[in-house]
Amino acid sequence: MESPSKLSSTETASFLTQNKKALKKERRRKKLKDIAQSWELYIFLLPAFLYFVIFHYIPLYGLLIAFKDYVPTLGVWGSPWVGFEWFTQFFHSYYFWDLIRNTIEISLYSLVVGFPLPIILALAFNEIKDGFFKRGVQTVTYAPHFISLVVMVGMIIAFLSPQTGIINDFLGLFGIGPIAFMSEPGWFKTIFVFSDVWQGMGWGSIIYMAALSGIDPQLHEAATVDGASRWQRIWHINIPTLVPTMVILFILDMGGLLSVGFQKILLMQNDLNMDTSDVISTFVYRTGILDTQYSYSTAVGLFDAVINAALLVIVNQIARKRSQTSLW
Amino acid sequence: MTTIRESRNDRIFKAFIYSFLIVILIIVLYPLIYIISASISDPTLVSSGKMWLWPKGINFDGYKLIFQDDQIWIGYLNTIYYTVLGVLISLAITLPAAYALSRRKLVGGNFFMMMFAFTMFFSGGLVPTYLLVKNLGLVNTVGAMVLPNAAAVWNIIVCRTFFQVTIPKELEEAAIIDGCSTTKLFFKVVIPLSMPIIAVMALFYGVGQWNDYFNALIYLSDKEKYPLQMILRQILVLQELGNDNMATSISNSAAEAMQHSQSLADIMKYAIIIVSTLPMIIVYPFLQRFFVKGVMIGSIKG
Repeated sequence: MESPSKLSSTETASFLTQNKKALKKERRRKKLKDIAQSWELYIFLLPAFLYFVIFHYIPLYGLLIAFKDYVPTLGVWGSPWVGFEWFTQFFHSYYFWDLIRNTIEISLYSLVVGFPLPIILALAFNEIKDGFFKRGVQTVTYAPHFISLVVMVGMIIAFLSPQTGIINDFLGLFGIGPIAFMSEPGWFKTIFVFSDVWQGMGWGSIIYMAALSGIDPQLHEAATVDGASRWQRIWHINIPTLVPTMVILFILDMGGLLSVGFQKILLMQNDLNMDTSDVISTFVYRTGILDTQYSYSTAVGLFDAVINAALLVIVNQIARKRSQTSLW
Repeated sequence: MTTIRESRNDRIFKAFIYSFLIVILIIVLYPLIYIISASISDPTLVSSGKMWLWPKGINFDGYKLIFQDDQIWIGYLNTIYYTVLGVLISLAITLPAAYALSRRKLVGGNFFMMMFAFTMFFSGGLVPTYLLVKNLGLVNTVGAMVLPNAAAVWNIIVCRTFFQVTIPKELEEAAIIDGCSTTKLFFKVVIPLSMPIIAVMALFYGVGQWNDYFNALIYLSDKEKYPLQMILRQILVLQELGNDNMATSISNSAAEAMQHSQSLADIMKYAIIIVSTLPMIIVYPFLQRFFVKGVMIGSIKG
């Protein structure tokens, strides 16, 4: 076969384009062959595909009822359009700002208290030698993660009970109380946030431990030789290592700003603490599932989801520009 | 001079770290010990605050009450049923999909991954999902318990990462040259090699199913089908005693029963927390490292 270098320039060009075409064809054939060869893999994907289409994409289509007056017998498509009526109704309702304020306050409170603690805990774990004490503390702090929400809220109610709760017994020693924590609107957010921290901080530290375990020990050795103290090494080596993980988790938290731990709030809610405990998602549950106002509650839920998605995209965008770490 | 100063700094630092961890340990451990102690103590001592750390006036009434309550046991059995079935379905969806997505040659793999991942950030939400389940005729059936949350994107990603690392392309190609089909390869080679991740997945899905109350709350109307968490909700959160006869069965006269009722409800609370969490308490210490591993694998790619 002649090598292309000996050909004239036009011949070279045509040879190259032909070659390119052949290559393209070849690649497409290979792709088709791959698809044909891996038909079994598509069957593997099928259950998951069906699951996501049915239980996630059909409800997305169901969101249409937010713009309609849904009548079950007419179905999603057959129900009459009403445009943005439900949204306007929600924006003009007297409870709109209360719901927004409660939701955002609980979210930000959780973020401020709950975000740093797993990081601090992971940094502390990282400073002590492997051994009985470390393993023991880790085992104990991870454990509450597995307690169900119902039990968790049951514990909260039992501990905080004004008649029989241990917390009020303790406060009684100092002549305080008894305080009816669960029916006092002012306490709701604090109870929610700190019980969440109690339950989640140990488990939350694992992901940071994983990041810390990736640090090259030579980095620490070099820093020690240069006279860096342990504080300095934490500050200049460990914390910067954790930044990407922090950024990712922060973005995810922001994406969930309006969907606070709704199942737990629902359990903690009662008529007396409603002022501070009612959030958008519990409102959706009440109007949608209990009062069967399907269209209205879907509109409220959609509003919530859109704000969340927008926040996620915005924060992700900022993170990508500022720190080169982002979800996509 | 400097070495002495440094070692002193080091000692202060160490003392600080240890005391911080000890404080955390006490904060987390205390409520757990309290519940265990309260569940086997005299109810009056518990509610008056005299029992504050170790059990006082050992008393198993709470457990006795639980053993007599049919509702709790029906709930327990229902939960076991939903959990086993739910885990099997979840694994049947998650593992094959994750394996397929872990193969480079899968054309369109990225599209499917994006399609799945999108649902993590934007979904139809509560009411459209509820209407779907209703229209599918799943309300008040076991289907509503195990299908709506059958697969989690996060778990698929964790498994995919695991398969990418542990099942190299070469292994797959060698098997195919030997005339082994992908399906056979998956069942004969991939599954046996992936037992650690399968355990992690089974546990993640299992814990989720065991602890779930919300699906039951919105989809089940039949009390006979309630999982344990719904019964717990009645007793612990709504503070309704399921069975009116319970108090009378322990004490003899009705007046005594009235008196006892409140504190028995209280003592039963702690015992039922223990009983409902028991499988977790038994399994957890052995499986903790698997759970941790699962989170760590997820964090590589997450």
